[in-house]
Amino acid sequence: MNASAAFFYLFAGVTVASAFMVVTSRNPVHSVLFLILAFVNAAGLFMLLGAEFLAMLLIVVYVGAVAVLFLFVVMMLDVDFAEFRQGFLNYLPIGALIGLIFAVELLLVVGAWVIDPRIVSTPVAPIPANLTNTAALGQVLYTQYIYYFQAAGLVLLVAMIGAIVLTLRERIGIKRQDIIQQNARTKATAMEVKQVPSRAGIEETV
Amino acid sequence: MNWDLVLDLAIMLGKSLLLLVCLLVFIAYILLADRKIWAAVQLRRGPNVVGPFGLFQSFADLLKFAFKEPIIPSGSNKGVFLLAPLISCFLSLGAWAVIPVAEGWAIADINVGVLYILAISSLGVYGVIMAGWASNSKYPFMGALRSAAQMVSYEVSIGFVIITVLLCVGSLNLTAIVEAQNTSWGMLRWYWLPLFPMFIVFFISALAETNRPPFDLPEAESELVAGFMVEYSSTPYLLFMLGEYVAIMTMCSLTTILFLGGWLPPFPIAPFTWLPGVFWFALKVCLVFFMFAMVKAFVPRYRYDQLMRLGWKVFLPLSLVSVVVVAFVLQVTGWGPVH
Repeated sequence: MNASAAFFYLFAGVTVASAFMVVTSRNPVHSVLFLILAFVNAAGLFMLLGAEFLAMLLIVVYVGAVAVLFLFVVMMLDVDFAEFRQGFLNYLPIGALIGLIFAVELLLVVGAWVIDPRIVSTPVAPIPANLTNTAALGQVLYTQYIYYFQAAGLVLLVAMIGAIVLTLRERIGIKRQDIIQQNARTKATAMEVKQVPSRAGIEETV
Repeated sequence: MNWDLVLDLAIMLGKSLLLLVCLLVFIAYILLADRKIWAAVQLRRGPNVVGPFGLFQSFADLLKFAFKEPIIPSGSNKGVFLLAPLISCFLSLGAWAVIPVAEGWAIADINVGVLYILAISSLGVYGVIMAGWASNSKYPFMGALRSAAQMVSYEVSIGFVIITVLLCVGSLNLTAIVEAQNTSWGMLRWYWLPLFPMFIVFFISALAETNRPPFDLPEAESELVAGFMVEYSSTPYLLFMLGEYVAIMTMCSLTTILFLGGWLPPFPIAPFTWLPGVFWFALKVCLVFFMFAMVKAFVPRYRYDQLMRLGWKVFLPLSLVSVVVVAFVLQVTGWGPVH
């Protein structure tokens, strides 16, 4: 058994085990932490395939940003476990359906591979020999598939605008700090020297 | 049994141990320097009792932390509570695997070195969140929430700043980034000068990313006691402290590599080239750290909404625009890297 096989079994084993723990652990925060462990090990698997860019991106985007927000939400929730179990039977059919779809897809992938190994050994866009896979990915993404890439970007933009519109509420009647205005203040605009006559005072000006 | 593999592993292990020992000793003195500089700015003496000029202060602190009793709150989630400091310490040490301290002196000179560091530092937030949640107490929790939002926000602008540098280099390899700055012009062609605004943005974002003052809101003592570290004592606390300083060192060396020419001498002429690369690297890291320490000493802490405003409304647009500008200039003038 060589080193890459050893690492494969390590990463794959931990991925499967932690994915199992995501579903079975009772504490939702533990579930998210196991999910993160699964992500990191999946990144390790990508690394073994020679897709180092994808591996790092998985960690930066999913683990570093998406899963943090996920953890945030789960930590803030006040989860009632009894209520959780009541809903279990209601969700069972749809969960079973999704599980079935996954199983069929896995079978199709493995089946195709068993029937004709050439299907997986002929990539649509092979990596040129003299390029790192970051550069190769960039070339394919920004030349051949630029419209799809831009379309995906637009979809995300729409989703972002939607999220902002849904959550933005303009609160009126609160004090806001306007930093530009603050910095633009000078001695001349901020204060005024007045002579106050004795025993007379001055009118208050606002 | 494959003996070449065993030998390779042994060499890598030896290198890692050497780097670890050097790094930890360096950090012991960086910590002391931090306190001394802070003291000097406030006209105090700083630690001066243990050893000559207080030189052994950090080691005394280490022993003190190691021999005290670790207290685990009974309401805490024990596993996660103890895992959090370990994660934050190991992750920040892990980042050093790819940092080249001199030509060819990196444990792993990987293709995507910059991304690796970005990934590792983005994982660092988990130590803080886990600590805050597992402590089961309100101040740590507040600290963890603040920290998560802060680190995620500033990572975005750090990412864009790194992209501007990568556009000029054409590679994600840290060694290649330093080599790209190796010209006969010496320090005048290191990226700090042509990309000066980005250098400043990166420096300030690095302060925020490592929770250094003036952005140390996760542990703002006047509001949150000690933030996410409230419930920690002895060795777990020591691990957090160590992780924080290792992360600061990582950021200092990343600044050195991206903007200050890494191990390159200031000018490629005789008296400078006699000294080995690792000397120049250490000198530059110390210089950047000196700026970190000075900022801590004389800038007051930001308010939380001001911190968020700076990250999202100033740095993000600025770095995004500069990515476009740099790409445009490189494309039009043809100065960019050739594939």
